Amino acid sequence: MKELIKLNLKEAREGLRLGRFTSRELVEAHLNRIKEKDGEVGAFLEIFESALASADEADRMIKEGRDLPLLGVPIAIKDNILYRGHASSASSKILENYVSSYDSTAVTRMREAGAVIIGRTNCDEFAMGSSTENSAFGPTRNPLDLERVPGGSSGGSAAAVSGDMCIASLGSDTGGSIRQPAAFCGTVGLKPTYGRVSRHGLIALASSLDQIGPFTKTVSDSESIYNVLKGRDALDSTTISDETYPRKRDFKKRIGIPRSFLESEGISESVKSNFKQVEEKFRALGYELVDIELPNIKHSLAVYYIVMPAEASSNLARFDGVRFGFHLEGGDGIEDYFETKGSGFGQEVRRRVILGTYVLSSGYYDEYYGQGLRLRDAITQELRGIFEQVDLILTPTTPTCAFRLGEKTKDPLSMYLADIFTVPANIAGVPALSIPSGFEGILPLGLQLMADLGREDDLFTAGKDFLGESI
Amino acid sequence: MDKEKVQKLAQLARIKISDIEAENLSREFASILGYVKDIGSVSKDTRSVSPESFPVRNIMRDDEPSHEAGFYADRLLSAAPHQEGGYIKVKKILQ
Repeated sequence: MKELIKLNLKEAREGLRLGRFTSRELVEAHLNRIKEKDGEVGAFLEIFESALASADEADRMIKEGRDLPLLGVPIAIKDNILYRGHASSASSKILENYVSSYDSTAVTRMREAGAVIIGRTNCDEFAMGSSTENSAFGPTRNPLDLERVPGGSSGGSAAAVSGDMCIASLGSDTGGSIRQPAAFCGTVGLKPTYGRVSRHGLIALASSLDQIGPFTKTVSDSESIYNVLKGRDALDSTTISDETYPRKRDFKKRIGIPRSFLESEGISESVKSNFKQVEEKFRALGYELVDIELPNIKHSLAVYYIVMPAEASSNLARFDGVRFGFHLEGGDGIEDYFETKGSGFGQEVRRRVILGTYVLSSGYYDEYYGQGLRLRDAITQELRGIFEQVDLILTPTTPTCAFRLGEKTKDPLSMYLADIFTVPANIAGVPALSIPSGFEGILPLGLQLMADLGREDDLFTAGKDFLGESI
Repeated sequence: MDKEKVQKLAQLARIKISDIEAENLSREFASILGYVKDIGSVSKDTRSVSPESFPVRNIMRDDEPSHEAGFYADRLLSAAPHQEGGYIKVKKILQ
């Protein structure tokens, strides 16, 4: 039998069901792995004391013959997803001592499915970043090369799965924060259709872009967790049902490649040559690959850096040192705000909130935010239109493999460009999946598939085909 | 954007930043805004998304109490830095 920490979700469930090992043994194996490995990686901010009690509860249920999709399986959550009675800080000093007052819907559904939530993982502060270097509690390192970043913002969740410290984890994706670290760490990462997974209890970055999704070792596992998480939720009015976006065309294994977008600046040679092999492999699997034109898609990142800071500046206004979190005294009530936000927020958060304030300010609103929204509509139209001709759009997930710690921290724009291929899916709300596609030396590379709204099923079909998983 | 402008925006956002940070931000904003500026060159004559393409809208719940008054009060108050007698405590606002 495989070592317990090497099991994927499907294998772990099978072993638990057949009584080959207990949930306690499985969870303890992962906790030992964390003890041994996480000192150098820094994926976790906290291991929950409740983990072993949850495992024992799962073992009782297994003995009673219960069979639930995640029963007894150790899963980690990003530090911006609320779990009642447990700390949740969004990796920010301003929420350092915050204890969740309620459960996020994602946590409720995972627990109803039997998951053992073992701890919370490090991320860029308020999910703002592409390397997990912006955490107030120090960076996370890539478990495959400790000199490199794990990507971000959900870098801790990606590193935890990649480093065999849990079987799966949850992250959140606003512009690539699940897919980019999944690619850098060699795991599978899914950003579902906007509204597919409830955002209730997710600490908001940009509400029109944010989605929760899983990191897993296989595409089948991604699908299993997606099935647990998805669905309407009365506590998030933007959630959709399976009927919201009916299927428009039969799946015909037709993949579009936005060729000119792939010639953007800054794409490494190894990513380019890996992408050629990816195309070959899909062809060999019987897929038809066609070049497509998406003239506005190249503006996605620019639109993103208007819409996201604008929404963030509004969402983060609630951290005022009055209702929760960190509080710093000033001379009077107003000065309390200045002091609390000035030292509670880290540099990147201050940068984006001030930028968001600018693009929304009178005199610049139409030039930036107004034009950004119009262009967002155009990009959305363009992408949705293309899905009448092709089932999927294929790109690399990232323009390079994982970069070195410190390599991009001095130049925010170069960091932002790491999300060039992932941002369009958030702009248009469509689902996207990153799966491992090869290596540059020891560093993993990823491919990204995008599908039309509501067509996660097609992503899973093609993803399993590519990785040779049985359907 | 000069550093005075950055300080003015920080003032609006209620964030205290140092002059050095304002100066760094003014340089960084020049590069970020230079990058996003290219959206201005795209024709504004973009078709707006038709309502049918986003079928999710106006989902409202009934306007009635969803739980007993005070049910969540202690839990939420316990998160506040200062509280007194079932209220969040702040400094005097009107002198």
